This record gives sequence, C-alpha cells and structure tokens, in this order.
Amino acid sequence: MAQQAGWRSLPKGGVAFRLSTDYKTGDWRALKPVIDYNKCTKCMLCWLFCPDMAIVWDGENVVVNYDYCKGCGICANECPVKAISMVPEA
Amino acid sequence: MLIEITWYGRGGQGAWTSSNILAMAAALDGKFAQSFPAFGPERSGAPMLAFTRISDEPIEIHSMVYNPDVVVVLDDSLISPKVLSGIKEGGLVILNYTGGQEELFKKLGETPRGVKVYTTPATRLALEILKANITNTAMLGGLMKASEIVSWSSLEKAVRERFRGAVAEKNIDLIKRAYDSTVKVR
Amino acid sequence: MAQALVKPKIPVEKQVLMTVNGNEAVAYAVKQSLVDVVAAYPITPQTIIVEKFSEFVANGEVDTVFVPVESEHSAMSACVGAAAAGARVFTATSSQGLALMVEILYIASALRLPIVMAVANRALSAPINIHNDHSDAYLMRDAGWIQLFAENVQEAYDTTIQAFKIAEDERVLLPVAVNLDGFFLSHTLENIYMLPDESVREFLGGYRRVSKVKVDYFDEEVPLALNPARPLSFGNLDLYDYYFEHKVQQVEAMKSVPEVVREVNEEWFKLTGRRYGDGIMDGYGIEDADIILLAMGSGAGTMRSVVRKLRREGLRVGLLKLRMFRPFPFKDIADKLKNAKLVAVMEKGISPGSYGPLFLEVNTALYELKERPLLVNYIYGLGGRDLVPDMVENMVKGLFKELETGLVQPRLRYLGVRE
Repeated sequence: MAQQAGWRSLPKGGVAFRLSTDYKTGDWRALKPVIDYNKCTKCMLCWLFCPDMAIVWDGENVVVNYDYCKGCGICANECPVKAISMVPEA
Repeated sequence: MLIEITWYGRGGQGAWTSSNILAMAAALDGKFAQSFPAFGPERSGAPMLAFTRISDEPIEIHSMVYNPDVVVVLDDSLISPKVLSGIKEGGLVILNYTGGQEELFKKLGETPRGVKVYTTPATRLALEILKANITNTAMLGGLMKASEIVSWSSLEKAVRERFRGAVAEKNIDLIKRAYDSTVKVR
Repeated sequence: MAQALVKPKIPVEKQVLMTVNGNEAVAYAVKQSLVDVVAAYPITPQTIIVEKFSEFVANGEVDTVFVPVESEHSAMSACVGAAAAGARVFTATSSQGLALMVEILYIASALRLPIVMAVANRALSAPINIHNDHSDAYLMRDAGWIQLFAENVQEAYDTTIQAFKIAEDERVLLPVAVNLDGFFLSHTLENIYMLPDESVREFLGGYRRVSKVKVDYFDEEVPLALNPARPLSFGNLDLYDYYFEHKVQQVEAMKSVPEVVREVNEEWFKLTGRRYGDGIMDGYGIEDADIILLAMGSGAGTMRSVVRKLRREGLRVGLLKLRMFRPFPFKDIADKLKNAKLVAVMEKGISPGSYGPLFLEVNTALYELKERPLLVNYIYGLGGRDLVPDMVENMVKGLFKELETGLVQPRLRYLGVRE
C-alpha cells in the first residue's frame, strides 16, 4: 500500500480525496449470492434493495458485481421467487 | 466635554425614545453620542431609566450613568430625592410638573449645591397636542429650555427621522410649546 | 479609534452617519456584505440582528436566502450545508442558543467553512439571566472558531465586514465569531460611520469566491464546494488512520490567522481611516506602565476612560485591549506585558474550579518570559453586573498599594460582588 498522506498534503476540510469505488469491499464476503436465471423473473427487487449498488443491470439480466458485494444476503432474502442462493466462497 | 443625562420614566412613556432622539440630534451636530436604557424586562408602567451621553470625543465608557449633568423626569409620580442621586454640582433637573413650588420641593427634598430646577407641564401639553399621555418629546422641549445641548435644526431632523408625517410635526410643535412653557423654579 | 494621517480612500464625509444600536449595526454590515444565506433562530439579546435582517429580506433589499429554523442546532446545521455548497453565510446567537449549537460549531470549523456568526454575549443559565458576560464566548473556546471582540458599536460594524474577509482568506478558511456585549453594545445606540454599499462589496471582492482543492479523481483542481457536476464528499468518516492529520491541518490553519487579521485591519484603515491597534490588540499607555489592565469587549472602553483619568493624576497605569481571543496571540501578549510590574486580567467569565479562561492564556503567555510581571485575575460583570468606573479606579489604586508591599494574593478576585 502506498504511503499515506500527511496533514500538509491532504485536501482541506476532510473532503474525500479518493473515490469510494477505489475500495473493493468484495473480499469482506463469506457467502456469495448466485442467481438462478431459470427462476429469475427480472423483477429488479434485488437491484432495488442492494445497499451497495452491487447488483447491476447489464442490459439483459441482473448480475452481481463481486468487486463490491459484501455478501449481506439481502437480495436472497428479498427475492420473491427464491432465485438467489447464498453459497460459501470457494 | 462629556455630558451625561439620566431619564426617569415609566415603561411606555418613551424615555428611551427621547434619549435616542437626543443622541441622533447630537450625532447630526457632529458630536459623539450614546443612548441606552437601564436594561431589564420592559413592563408598561414600571419605573425605568434611560441614559444619554454626548461628547466632542469618542465615547469609551459603557457603564450606566452614575453622576449625571442633567436629569429629566417624565412622570411627576417619580419626583423624589432619588432622582437627584449623584447629580453633578451645577447640574440641571427638568421635571414634568404643574403643581405648586412648595409642594414640589417637599417631594424633591434638598437640592445639591448649584443644581438648577425647571418644570415643564408635559402631561397637559401632551394630552392637548398628541391626545395621549406620552410626555417624552415634551420633556425634550423642557431640556432645550434648560440647555440647548443640541441644535434646533438637528433636533427637528432627528424627530422627523424617528416619526413620520403628521406625527413628527405634532411632536415638533409639542417640543416648541413645551420649551415656551418651561420655567426655572430654582 | 486611531485618526488617519493619510487620507482614507473613503473619507468620513463620504461615509454614512447612522445612529444605531450594535445589533442594527451588525445587520447593516451583513446587508452590505453580499451574504447568500442567513439561517438563524431568535434569542435575546441577539434578536434584533435577525429581526432587522429579515426586514431587509422581506423588503427585497437583499437577495439573501433567509432560512427560519426551529432551533440553533438547526441554524448552524443549515449554515454548514449552505457554506459547504459555496455560499457566504451568516448567523447570530447568544448564550443558550450558542450552547445548543456547540455540536455543529466543531463541524463547521473542521470542514473549514468560512461562516460568520455574531454572538451578542450573554450569561449562561442557571440562574436564568439575559444580560451580558462572556460565558457563552468561552463555551466555544475550543470549537476551532476565530473569536473577535468588539468594544463599541462602530467596531461591531467594522469587525463584521472584516470577518468575512478573514474567514474566506485562502490561508484561513475558518469560521469567525464576532462578539459584541449583550445590551452594553447590542442595545446601545451610538453614532457610527457606515461605508457606501459598493465600497464594502469592493473590499470583499464581491460574492464569496470558493477556493480550489485537488482530489485524486478529478484531473484539475475543483472548487472546494458541493456541486453535482463535480461531486465532492464532505463530513466523511475518518478513523485513526486520517482523523489526526485532518485535525492537525485544521489547528495549523489558525497559525495564518494573525497575519490575515493584521492585513485586513490595515486594509480597512486605508479604506475607512479606522483601525483597531494592529487588529489583534490595542494598547493605551502600556509602554511605561507599572500596572496594565487586560480586557476584552465594551468593558475595555470603560476601563480605558478610568486609565486616562488616573494617568492625568500621574499613576503609571495602562490598558491592553485584546480584540482576538482565538487564535490566542501568546507572543504578542508577552511582548506587550513584559515590562509591567503587575498585570490584572479583567474578565467576564470563569471556569469553576480554575481561573478565568483569559487569565489562563495570559499565564501561559508570560511563562516564556525570564522575568514576569505579577499576575492577578479579576472576574467582573457576571450576569450583566455593571462595571462602575469608581470601582475600577479603587481597584487600580489598591493594586498600587499592594505593589508596594509586594504581596499580591490571592490571584483570583471578584470585582463588584457582595460578600
């Protein structure tokens, strides 16, 4: 990891100096959501409920962005057709 | 030179307003001026004090006035030895009063050396001209008779800044009538 | 008030003579300062400022957005939001209102938001009291705000305008509290000279100009302000890996303040013919004084009038008026006081179980000297108790007697309290 900035070079006022997307939070995960596209009705509830915007619409389907998914399981819990299952990380 | 004035009145009679008008007039004359009430919860009819300072130099002091050069009493029920407390030698006292002199000095008590006393029939004139018992501007007339602390033109201008239209003119009339009716009694 | 030797840019004949109280003077100063947002909640003795300013808004005399809020906590929160969006922001409060604001005061300074706030100084409850002392100002001592004190109505007007310039200076970017004594200044009419509107605007360089910041995710510097087109994130979580650095950065910004305050004081002098010592402090008769009184606010004026009188009587006494309490000018204070035999720190506030906060600072300042004057602390005027000139005179004469005996104890004293 690069040397952290000292007070002389940090931007003023504690304003964020890097984007939060620089921090890949996917490695916090113990269980990962896996979508069964045979069951998925594309209702978008998982996309709506994901607190990390880690479920994205790729134009045809909802897909999980594993760079940021923390494995909270809300999507699986909210899915009305039980198309998402939480499976252990390999 | 610094002139310090203490106004004795009752809440609603406008002692602070006349103190302000006098300060505004002094400022228009090119003097330094300060005007403030003895601060407290303001209640209509309760005795209250206001203070004016007028000086050729910037005014540094921000305490109440303890040794006034001039004392003005807006309400005759407030006439007592208390209004003379701390007054400077040769100071001026202007009272809203219409009764006899003997009775007046019984109420006022011993006046310190050189203190000059004036009376103004402010209540009578205010009732006649303003149709209200607001004696503050009348007492400005009394004060002017005792000593022309400010110029007449500045005083009129200050009254016109503080009041509008007919009210201003009535008050100026009242000040002049009060000036004419003020007499020196000691 | 020093008289100009060089003709000021706007000579007094071209300034506007007004007879106004301290609160109105502040409201007029804000009106002239092109303030974008005012968010405030009324409280005695500050109310007239907000009342008068809302009149300007209602009459269309200013284009300021006026946000009437439901508490002082909300007032300062709204100020923080508006200032973070790049607005020039003003608010005013007193006493309990300031106490309710405290949480957000720390946020305003740490986010480096140049908010200007008038504090019409008033005692803190209990017992309930609406009158003047400096307890409220001392309450925000450690909140990271610049704290300036006015001695009279003219200085309250002048300082309010100067405060925007100081706060927004790129070297500073910190909020400023302009303190004026409740009632003694807030409700006292004095004649003052106001600048024409356009001179104030020119002095401030028009509307607030937001300084720039460089962050990793934009190629070039961007305005340090909230803007959807160039989003920045303010008020982030900052744990043990960065909080310390950000705090030090904020604290270090205070070091630039004295220089900026001096510059602004001089610039104001050239513009108006008025200045307040060097902007930080103003001494009278201190060069050869055996005893120096040190004070802030309107009480300094009353004391100076007494000092003048005693000087005429031949007593070697002086007065040092302190205008800037935060940042505290330790070195300057030590320089000014070093030749005195005794210094009396006069203040309208106390930290129970300790001394007055000003005394502690002066004590620290004098520690650097090899030979120090004796130092005593007089607490006066709590809850609006009047500072009677005779009281000051007797106090000074008593101190001269004590100097003869050399025994100056106790160090903490009260002036004007009944036993």
